[in-house]
Amino acid sequence: MARITELNVNGTRRKIDADAERSLLSVLRDDLDLTGTKYGCGEGQCAACTVLVEGQPTKSCLTKVAAVAGKRILTIEGLAPEGKLHPVQEAFIEADALQCGWCTPGMILGAVGLLRRTAHPSDAEIVSGMNGHICRCGTYPRIVQAIRIAARKGGAA
Amino acid sequence: MNRREFFGLVGGGILVLLVEDELLAQESGGGGRRGFGAMPQDVSAWLHIGEDGVVTVYTGKVEVGQNARTSLTQAAAEELRVPPASVRLVMGDTALTPVDMGTVGSMTTPRMWPQIRRAAAEAREMLIDLALQKWAVDRASIRIADGRVSSGSHSAGFGDLTQGQKLTRTIPANVPLAPATEWSVAGKSLAKVDARAMVTGTHQYAYDRMSPGMLYAKVLYPPSFGAKLSSLDDSAAKAIPGVQVIRVTAASGREGAGHDVVGVLSVDPAAAEKGLAALKATWEPVAGQTNSRDVFTYFKQNANGSAPSAGLTAYTVAYIAHTPLEPRAAVAEWSADGKLTVWTGSQRPFGIRGELANEFKLPEEQVRVIVPDTGSGYGGKHTGDAALEAALLAKAVGKPVKRNWTREEELTWAYFRPGGLIEVGGRLNPDGALASWEFHNYNSGPSALQTPYAVPEKREQYHQVHSPLRQGSYRGLAATANIFVRESHMDELAHSIKMDPLEFRLKNTQDERLRNVIEAAADRFGWKNRRKIAGRGFGIAAGTEKGSYMACCVEVAVANGQVKVVRVLEAFECGAVVNPEHLRNQVEGAVAMGLGGALFEHIDFADGKIETNRLFRYRLPRFADMPLIESVLLDRKDLPSAGAGETPIMGVAPAVGNAIFDATGIRIRSLPMVPKGLPATGGGVTTSAVR
Repeated sequence: MARITELNVNGTRRKIDADAERSLLSVLRDDLDLTGTKYGCGEGQCAACTVLVEGQPTKSCLTKVAAVAGKRILTIEGLAPEGKLHPVQEAFIEADALQCGWCTPGMILGAVGLLRRTAHPSDAEIVSGMNGHICRCGTYPRIVQAIRIAARKGGAA
Repeated sequence: MNRREFFGLVGGGILVLLVEDELLAQESGGGGRRGFGAMPQDVSAWLHIGEDGVVTVYTGKVEVGQNARTSLTQAAAEELRVPPASVRLVMGDTALTPVDMGTVGSMTTPRMWPQIRRAAAEAREMLIDLALQKWAVDRASIRIADGRVSSGSHSAGFGDLTQGQKLTRTIPANVPLAPATEWSVAGKSLAKVDARAMVTGTHQYAYDRMSPGMLYAKVLYPPSFGAKLSSLDDSAAKAIPGVQVIRVTAASGREGAGHDVVGVLSVDPAAAEKGLAALKATWEPVAGQTNSRDVFTYFKQNANGSAPSAGLTAYTVAYIAHTPLEPRAAVAEWSADGKLTVWTGSQRPFGIRGELANEFKLPEEQVRVIVPDTGSGYGGKHTGDAALEAALLAKAVGKPVKRNWTREEELTWAYFRPGGLIEVGGRLNPDGALASWEFHNYNSGPSALQTPYAVPEKREQYHQVHSPLRQGSYRGLAATANIFVRESHMDELAHSIKMDPLEFRLKNTQDERLRNVIEAAADRFGWKNRRKIAGRGFGIAAGTEKGSYMACCVEVAVANGQVKVVRVLEAFECGAVVNPEHLRNQVEGAVAMGLGGALFEHIDFADGKIETNRLFRYRLPRFADMPLIESVLLDRKDLPSAGAGETPIMGVAPAVGNAIFDATGIRIRSLPMVPKGLPATGGGVTTSAVR
């Protein structure tokens, strides 16, 4: 059975020994202890497991680890290197755009990806860009507000 | 734990114990006793100030996204005059915190919040006593601010005053507190205290917990509710390298899933998953279970209680799922001396401790349940399903076991918000005053069963039924169903005499607080100036539950058989507001969640199988479903603070339904209202089936 032995995560080469068929989500959480990436449904419906692969928001629950070998993967743990929060993270705190926080890492990385594609999205673009993400606590209007704030502060960086 | 053990754990300093019973507080010696007696049994909170000056509050409440960690921090900071950042909260750990019935019923704010303030206020007085001993100054000259005690040229940190001492004081829970008009930290929008850990992904939820040497567990569940395992061939599963199959019998039966727990375990989660798929089981299903189409007739036919009057109008409410985004999860570890520790996401750490102690016939002190801040609950995480499975398997295998539920398990085997049939009828006097009111709830529950409107003659009854599905608490309990029906029917009555729905409610309201929220909502929404145009409709609904009051005004747009909720404005009053921004977040979030149950969420089931067992089959509210949501807070500083996690969800469905009627003339009498778009008529199959 094919095995994957290395991933490029948060700018670091990480040694792994994983069946190529396993999900990126499971390898991140169970092998690399990067539990900031959340499981929500395992079927690509909630986007809690979103990470960035080569800058693109990617649902790690549906992504086989073989498909991302050698690619640059960014998880929530890598978004604030040396403790300096990304503008999107700051904006989520400012807008109080979370309650339980389970959807938050995926939501933030989805927003970072959105702002990289569209630096100054309209509200309609935010809604359509983020509609794959579920926040069961219902903080959607606040998340839209957080993305507006981050866009103003140059969150596309 | 006694006081000596507690100080051993936390070091010296000041310890304030708060007891529920005033007499007990006096008996155990009120003021400033130095000693190491046993902890009183009914302590509801304790607060410790360490020699380093750190204030630590211990409470059995848990944080599930409702921001209790923040509001309780404010409570301690308010009374101790310290920056909130220097207050630490230990929550939901049965070994460290006082016994607590659970984070349920919107009780944290009305009960725990003032108690922590009382404990903190007492600690403040103890600090002043210490300063008096040290400095020999006038008591009135002593000030406490920013975590320091001072008088004239004297100044000391909290830890400098307590140095080397172990002081305890036990106080009753009914000491008077300063009114809200004098608050400085409370009543303000303190930011979520643990937000940074959540936006950086460092907060460790129960689902994320790892224990050294642990095995991942999968558990075999029946293909249908109540099916019994008749044979099991686990040879293929066991043939997978590193996979163990463990079969244990639980003393406590799992509702619908029986006593047989078959676990598939491995250090490799993928191997455990493959092992589960490789099990060959045969099952004996339970025949003749009702389905979601017939369940309302079933309720009626199987209900207890006396028969209702003839000619009532029937409404139905579907079962729905909490769908907390963090599914149930637990890690269980047994120590060599037979003690059990479980990390799990729950609203009832002590309830789960009881379940586990009962299962393993252990004294409760031998079981420790630790609840990390949890990926929400909404009333859905009261039971210890995952904890029990993890603990049973960990015991059998002699290693720590991690048992994380999948979304499919969560949507199938967790308990649901009860479905219900409700029959209602009302008569009016010619002037529009209610003359009589009759209301019967079958199965969904008695919360907010009683009308808050003034009516001379009424009959209101809850009829219990044995539910065909596992059911339990859900944010707001049955108040959502009961208020949906009551407020829809009030709208029907208003229209029957061509009275404005707002005017009709005000005419029948004597409760001042209810009147205030109705008027505030209508005023801010612009109800009286609303302009009726084709395809648009406006609805209003109101109610009270758990000491708080809400009124919703809604605008909908209807086109091509589709309903779009355009605007929801909710006025909410829960006494003195503790944290305005977090209260708004709760109100708005409840509106968003309430839209799901109002418009499209429903559990389909047949033959003991849940058909809506995946997220792509169970629709949740998303960004694109959101209307403009506005919250109007009525801050009653003259009233005690009530909880706010539940009541704000209750007015959404009836206000939307009333707006749909206004737009279309169709009265929808079932929740959800538009799972497949606007129905041709409002009655629905369920109502006609009942009659």
